[in-house]
Amino acid sequence: MSKDTFRGGVHPYEGKELTENKEAIPFIPKGDLVFPMSQHIGAPAKPIVETGQRVLMGQTIAEAGGFVSSPIASSVSGYVKEIKPVLTVSGAMVPAIVIENDGLYEAVEGLGEDRDYRELSRQEIRDIIRDAGIVGMGGAGFPTFIKLSPKNDAAIDTIIVNGSECEPYLTSDYRVMLQEGERLVGGLKIILSLFDNARGVIAIEDNKPKAIEHMKKLVEGEEKITVKKVRTKYPEGAERQLISVVTGRKINSSMLPADAGCIVDNVDTVVAVYMAVAKKTPLMRRVVTVSGDAIADPRNFIVKTGTNYNELVEAAGGFTAPPAKMISGGTMMGMALFDTNIPVTKTSSALLAFKKDPMDKVPTSPCIRCGRCVAACPQHLVPQMLMDAAEKFDNAAFEAVNGMECVECGCCAYVCPSGRPLTQAIKETRRSILDERKKAAAAAAAKK
Amino acid sequence: MKDLVNVSASPHDRSGKTTRSIMRDVVIALIPASAFGVFQFGIKALLVLVTSVVSAVIAEFLWNYFMKKPKTPYECSAVVTGLLLGLNFPASVPLWIPVVGSVFAIIVVKQMYGGLGRNFMNPALGARCFLVICFAGRMTNFVVEKGNAVMNGFAGVDGISQATPLAIIKDLPATTAVGSSVSLSDMFFGFTGGVIGETSALAILIGGLYLVIRKVISLRIPLAYLISCGAFMLIFSGRGFDCEYLAAQLIGGGLMLGAWFMATDYVTSPITPWGQIIYGILLGVLTGLIRTCSSGAEGVSFTIIFCNLLVPLIERMTMPRAFGLEKKPKKIKKEA
Repeated sequence: MSKDTFRGGVHPYEGKELTENKEAIPFIPKGDLVFPMSQHIGAPAKPIVETGQRVLMGQTIAEAGGFVSSPIASSVSGYVKEIKPVLTVSGAMVPAIVIENDGLYEAVEGLGEDRDYRELSRQEIRDIIRDAGIVGMGGAGFPTFIKLSPKNDAAIDTIIVNGSECEPYLTSDYRVMLQEGERLVGGLKIILSLFDNARGVIAIEDNKPKAIEHMKKLVEGEEKITVKKVRTKYPEGAERQLISVVTGRKINSSMLPADAGCIVDNVDTVVAVYMAVAKKTPLMRRVVTVSGDAIADPRNFIVKTGTNYNELVEAAGGFTAPPAKMISGGTMMGMALFDTNIPVTKTSSALLAFKKDPMDKVPTSPCIRCGRCVAACPQHLVPQMLMDAAEKFDNAAFEAVNGMECVECGCCAYVCPSGRPLTQAIKETRRSILDERKKAAAAAAAKK
Repeated sequence: MKDLVNVSASPHDRSGKTTRSIMRDVVIALIPASAFGVFQFGIKALLVLVTSVVSAVIAEFLWNYFMKKPKTPYECSAVVTGLLLGLNFPASVPLWIPVVGSVFAIIVVKQMYGGLGRNFMNPALGARCFLVICFAGRMTNFVVEKGNAVMNGFAGVDGISQATPLAIIKDLPATTAVGSSVSLSDMFFGFTGGVIGETSALAILIGGLYLVIRKVISLRIPLAYLISCGAFMLIFSGRGFDCEYLAAQLIGGGLMLGAWFMATDYVTSPITPWGQIIYGILLGVLTGLIRTCSSGAEGVSFTIIFCNLLVPLIERMTMPRAFGLEKKPKKIKKEA
């Protein structure tokens, strides 16, 4: 099968040249570190430390708050200053543990020690991944151990490492592949050891030839691992699209990747698996791209989670001009920020700052039915009809034209010549339908 | 840092294509056909084109003014409508007719049905059909006096024939070769009678190609239209596999202009990919039917506005299958 892309998608301005050739450097935080309790999908974590208590680097400071949840480890040693709500990327105030860094980086016992995964049972490996607080670091933050515990292990035949990094401006995954490729392969081998019938595929967009070459060299001699070149197009790295490109199988909103025999993990996540299992290190760092035309010296940093965005901006030379727009994540799916006094979490892939906002005062004119949104939609929907339904608050019609299949990638709004906020309206309606469903489910549960 | 930054939901980037830039591309694509029309029919043709464009823009402006609508940033659409309508007049038409046509196109066909994006019928064609019914003689008077066409001598033809090539072919007995009465090369380059914009298949193809390259239109509608029309002629014209006849039918009359510029009008054509193909095929078959079975030689305008009416139905039947969904989406049920 020689498929290298999917139908639909767009080619936004990439902007990767700003940071791709700059080595990601470790960043040492100066200020307090802040650990919000919700850095993942699912129940918030529960703090297990008290104000004033001393914690060590790598120590678990919050435990999972349910099955779908994830513990949180401290990335420095120091004292717990307070536990209070803080501003997070989404704009919501979330309870967080604030730790005053004592600069000693005193680690918990055994942190960083080697461990041979072949001596561990599968259950042990999954428990380690769970306790290390590993979640999908591509942005969604779904707990990785749940992904790695499908109903039927034998049905999983493909582990996809998502190195496509199709979001504009982001180069953190690219730097990880170049700088920590060995760890990536190690992590993939650990995951493969959980599934008898699985092969590993590292999918990389063809705008990263160096990473493809490097990873190919590293997997030479590995029987079960291959590197797959996929076409550069947004959203090539969207889970459903990537699965279809790699395996030819298609899943919809009511299915999990496991239903197609697949597990998809982000590059940084697989490295975190390696660190947790082979190096006894919980998830407490990630690579963050700081870029955009308002940043003086755009680059990638290897950042301890909990670090304040302000410190990263400063380390990147500060702003060259007052930014008109700041984004956490990429330009297509990232979230706009109104304040950079926000901690880096497990899912923060980038901080972008721009002098100009292309969305600023976009004149919206009537839909001329040009069909560009239909051609761009990677989910093969008709965004124009979805928006029609959304504008009428007609949720039934919205669902009838498959609105719930939307992955909110942003392609439709990107291409619309009339400047219509298609993705935004569709997102809003999806939220309201999900809310309604939740309410209905709660009401049904209450009746029982 | 500035006090205020913009906050909005993703995506945070845009492609840069705007309604206005698309309309501009359509106008550019119509330049070859317009220029050839002026070259062939002379200053009168230019006057007709300018009159219909200007009156379309004024009609749009007045509507917005009196209806207290915001000044439209997409007024280019009125230019396109005016130009397309202008190209559909014979050069000999009295100038008040383009004015009536433009006003009808903008006010009645477009604005009264909700303005840009809401009209169910192609404004230019709607107006043309209205005029053809009201002023049949003036709209089909293709006689151009020798002196009027500036470039007549240069173009190498001795005056412009009175009837259009299609009308000539129509009256030919099936046994007579087409080539004996019309010149295919003249039809292709455009040295024949007809309305201002339809004579030169070459000029229209250049414009159509430009639109395809600029990704303003896809090939789906024009190709489906031309191929199905050709196929229909092949089977039902009674002439069998007559290449000359087939070519004359395809490049003659309003088919080229219709297939590349009228049928591809965004607002009045299906938005779904399969819908566009079905729409094109339907257009081709109906055009063939009208050209072979009706008393007139032409049928493109009426075919297109008729198929415009079928667009919602076609769209409903051709909803694309969502990624990963085997079944087609359920039909929209109206809430009680």
